[in-house]
Amino acid sequence: MPQVAEKLQPWITALEARRDGGPRWLEDLRARGAERFATLGFPTTRDEEWRFTSVAPIAATEFVPAPERRLTESALEGYLYSEAAHRVVVVNGRFSPELSRTGGLPAGVRIGSLGSAIAEQADEVARYFGRLATFNTRAFVALNTAFAHDGACVFVPPGVVVDEPVQLLFVSDAGGDGPVVAHPRVLVVASERTQIRIAETYVGVPGQVYLTNAVSEIFLGEHAVLDHYKVQEESVQAFHIGSLDAHLSRSSTFSSHSFALGARIVRNDANAILDGEGAECTLNGLYLADGDRLVDNHTMIDHAKAHCPSHEVYKGILGGRARAVFNGKIVVRQDAQKTNAKQTNRALLLSDNASINTKPQLEIFADDVKCTHGAAIGQIDEDALFYLRARGLTFFEARDLLIHAFAGEILDRVQIEPLRHALEQELYAQLARDLAEADAA
Amino acid sequence: MLDIKDLHVTAESQPILRGIDLHVDAGEVHAIMGPNGSGKSTLARVLAGHPEYEVTAGQVTYEGRDLLAMDPDERAREGLFMAFQYPVEIAGVNNAYFLKAALNAKRKHQGLPELDAMEFMQLIREKSKLLEIDQSMLSRAVNEGFSGGEKKRNEIFQMALLEPRLAILDETDSGLDIDALKIVANGVNAMRSPDRAIVVVTHYQRLLDYIVPDFVHVLSAGRIVKSGGKELAIELERRGYGWIEAA
Repeated sequence: MPQVAEKLQPWITALEARRDGGPRWLEDLRARGAERFATLGFPTTRDEEWRFTSVAPIAATEFVPAPERRLTESALEGYLYSEAAHRVVVVNGRFSPELSRTGGLPAGVRIGSLGSAIAEQADEVARYFGRLATFNTRAFVALNTAFAHDGACVFVPPGVVVDEPVQLLFVSDAGGDGPVVAHPRVLVVASERTQIRIAETYVGVPGQVYLTNAVSEIFLGEHAVLDHYKVQEESVQAFHIGSLDAHLSRSSTFSSHSFALGARIVRNDANAILDGEGAECTLNGLYLADGDRLVDNHTMIDHAKAHCPSHEVYKGILGGRARAVFNGKIVVRQDAQKTNAKQTNRALLLSDNASINTKPQLEIFADDVKCTHGAAIGQIDEDALFYLRARGLTFFEARDLLIHAFAGEILDRVQIEPLRHALEQELYAQLARDLAEADAA
Repeated sequence: MLDIKDLHVTAESQPILRGIDLHVDAGEVHAIMGPNGSGKSTLARVLAGHPEYEVTAGQVTYEGRDLLAMDPDERAREGLFMAFQYPVEIAGVNNAYFLKAALNAKRKHQGLPELDAMEFMQLIREKSKLLEIDQSMLSRAVNEGFSGGEKKRNEIFQMALLEPRLAILDETDSGLDIDALKIVANGVNAMRSPDRAIVVVTHYQRLLDYIVPDFVHVLSAGRIVKSGGKELAIELERRGYGWIEAA
């Protein structure tokens, strides 16, 4: 395949030119990532995991490594959900100390630069880094690993409750440098009996073309409670590939909510391993796409131990010629008796040209389990629309009420009030534009 | 108030109503009865503006205006109300929020100020007693998880709030036990007024023991084949519909 090799060549060259440094274990890991990516190359639609998502536009773009860039506080306006909250700001893949607010935390809690943690707490980082984000078959994770050097980290020592939410903000700004790529990395270690809320936000300069290839690893100790949000509001010309891997110990509770509102092509992988009895996992998602955009959500909940409930609700609203993919895999291992897994996937198509490919994938090896899944794709419910109109609401009022109700099921579960408010505003503003476009058509 | 002349309606190209004539004045209660498939519910739904029907001939005048030219929501804001035979469940829309939106849509249309949260809750408390509406029904999603009886009570509750000029009850008695039937009937009777007309569509005479009509019309195969007073309903109960269809 000479064309593929040709397309890959600039990436391989970039891999060879990537800067060295850091502890030996990281150097080795990065070398393995580079090697693996060189072997795998970019996935194609012949790859079952990428059947409906072509990354050819990414492979065809000549990205350069995102340069170091200093932003002022005003550049972040609209992206911070609270002025006062703890935050780690990462610009073009590099920790930004002047924009971050990492003080005032309970004793022992550390948030901040992953790069610094690698340098200063190498042994602790080495225990976790790369353990979940394996890349034998995942080309983008291999690529991220090859370039891994910085990002955000959160360490919570045993028994600590962090009341204030923590925002991890990732900003891309190509400036005048043309298409850039960043490979930010997140490492969260929530030790036993901890409690914390963390929101990852990915944004970029509107109109710019860039690639964010992010990898997040989250470890929950026994009885840890972690409320996680991923908000993707990249430029609509940008590409976003994100992998989230979470490891749940006994009786821990992990809730993750994904909001995909931007990017031309977005692929989100969310994987959770329920690796201790009584662990509970929620993976919810809400995505909105219009124009020619593509949103691909792949989730995998791995029930490795008994007595674990998991809940999953993904919802999408698609206009224009937008396409979506939802692949929800649930694995129930032989030992995972009394598993209770529930998955729901719904999409609302606002235009005749929008489409979704949806696939639940259940692999069950235990015999005493309860697993349910359901998918519903469609237009706005005509009966509900008529019912509301018969009570005096105009067509537009009734339709908007129904669409807001559809999204509300996911939005209402956001436990960080200012974040929910910001999401509602952004989502409804975008919806209003899509609906105005649909009405004009 | 309502004047229907030679109304012909089809659904999916099948004729359902084949020349209905009906005149309803303010202050009157009319009962439309008839066997299954006679077109009773179609008549109710056409008057409310349901999009699945096509009017092929005839006129409907409501308060001097061409009803058929009005959108369903405009009909509602102009004071026409249909209680649904099968109220729709609307996930994610809070019942109280929906009621307030409906009420304020109508008030705005009438040039009245919108009710604030306090005024609205006061009105709700007052009206909910009559229909024994539990507060939990207000905080749930519209009709979601409601029992059959709760759904029908919720319909009449909406009617009590919206105070329509013309109310059409589409088989509001179906699926109700006798206690629920009495509650619903009480709610409707409390709404009887010289300014308001009520059209009750029903298969059974039972509801008419509690909501006593001024006029009874029998619908068969898309036409009104017999009209009379309340005694006609009693005769139908005794003799069934066969003698009319045969006539």
